[in-house]
Amino acid sequence: MATSSIDLALNRLRETRAWKSIFRRGPARTNRTRSLAIFGNIFLHLMPVKVREQSLRARATYYLGSFSFLLFLLLTVTGILLMLYYHPAVPQAYLDMKDLRFVVSNGVFLRNLHRVGAHAMVIAVFWHMFHVFYRGGYRPPHEFNWVVGVVLMLLTLFLSYTGYLLPWDQLAFWAITVGTNIISAEPVLGHDVRFLLLGGNLVGENALLRFYVLHCVILPLVAAMFIAVHFWRIQKDGGLTLRDDHEREGHERQD
Amino acid sequence: MSDKTNYEAGFGSNALKDPQRVVFITPKTSAKVKGDVGKKVMSYPNLLLREAIALEVMVIALVILSLFWDAPLEQLANPLLTPNPAKAPWYFLGLQELLHYFPPVVAGILIPALVIMALVFIPYFNVNIKGEPFWAANRTRRFLIFLVITASLLLFLVIFEAWSVIAPTVAIAILAFVSYFARVGGPRPAEFLRTRPISWWVMTWFIAVAVTLTLVGTFFRGPGWSWVWPWR
Repeated sequence: MATSSIDLALNRLRETRAWKSIFRRGPARTNRTRSLAIFGNIFLHLMPVKVREQSLRARATYYLGSFSFLLFLLLTVTGILLMLYYHPAVPQAYLDMKDLRFVVSNGVFLRNLHRVGAHAMVIAVFWHMFHVFYRGGYRPPHEFNWVVGVVLMLLTLFLSYTGYLLPWDQLAFWAITVGTNIISAEPVLGHDVRFLLLGGNLVGENALLRFYVLHCVILPLVAAMFIAVHFWRIQKDGGLTLRDDHEREGHERQD
Repeated sequence: MSDKTNYEAGFGSNALKDPQRVVFITPKTSAKVKGDVGKKVMSYPNLLLREAIALEVMVIALVILSLFWDAPLEQLANPLLTPNPAKAPWYFLGLQELLHYFPPVVAGILIPALVIMALVFIPYFNVNIKGEPFWAANRTRRFLIFLVITASLLLFLVIFEAWSVIAPTVAIAILAFVSYFARVGGPRPAEFLRTRPISWWVMTWFIAVAVTLTLVGTFFRGPGWSWVWPWR
């Protein structure tokens, strides 16, 4: 296997004491060390050590759940970079958008990537949900993980929506005004919920600050926790759902 | 029965060493069915490698998109200058389109709340867990129920003149209607529709309505939420 000099160097690195002290294992050449690579790692241990070959096929998932999560990571990275150039204040927020366009190196590209990623995440999450539904992934024992998924779908919408206000241009201001007016239609608590969300009766600088805190701190943290539960439950509930009909039968024929 | 020694040997065995258990296997939880599921491979490297490829493909696609598709930036927010139409983000335009037809309490609160509650609670009721086709049993009765529900739904929508809900509803209803008359072993599309369970029909109808409403709200609505053609 290890033929090129890079492979040799990597293998030598994996044998070193420092590598083993960090990863708690040597090179992953045996199934035992490959298992250790998963459950001996704080981040990877949410995944199962073994997966069904059928679940890896593109048609089983189209990797839609993976794409949703990877988009969350991409949005976290680009979002933190954008935070370096952003002040949640009126009208400085809008001036920061102008700075991103005309002053900051690659500022336009950074904002574009965050925006495209956000749209893609909304699409990926919905597509993921519908795909899981058509495959019967909400059935026992997966029903609670389906509920966690519904919560994650709502969190994705709130994340996208709170981010929509931050540029503080006409598009942002009126989109949030229209959206929050719908909340006040709720008969009992509608006006109070809207007041709590906006920090006032109108979309103003208090609303901008609240949406900023929700968008950059509260919602990402809550989403990260639910994502962790979502992944961990896939493993605990016995892996992804196989379609009852042909996939299972096809497998039985192979054996 | 005549072999008495064997019978007594069973009693005489050490209960701590050879514990005796009685196992009930009920028809719905066959141990075998849950045991045999597919060949398994190690997540490291099989799954991790695929995830890494997914990440790279995704980043390349998004970088190319963001090089050519600029994020919009309009004038500074001005509470005194209302654009016409004022639109929500695209994923809420379906709701905004509903608000055009129904009172705010219904379109903004009741319908979204019912959709979320249905998504959360229905999996707990184990409805048709085997995914039997809707037309498999009680055909005539189910067909009548289907006709009554569809007719009353359409009547309700016509009263509110909710045309962008009516169009996808009629389309799905026609497919369901046709699938009732499909014969066993017909052409593939007919066979596909004939074998769909009720959950498939409801979800497909929901997606058709949601997509139509979002598209209409995004592209076909102009000043005063009037109908416009996007190419004009």
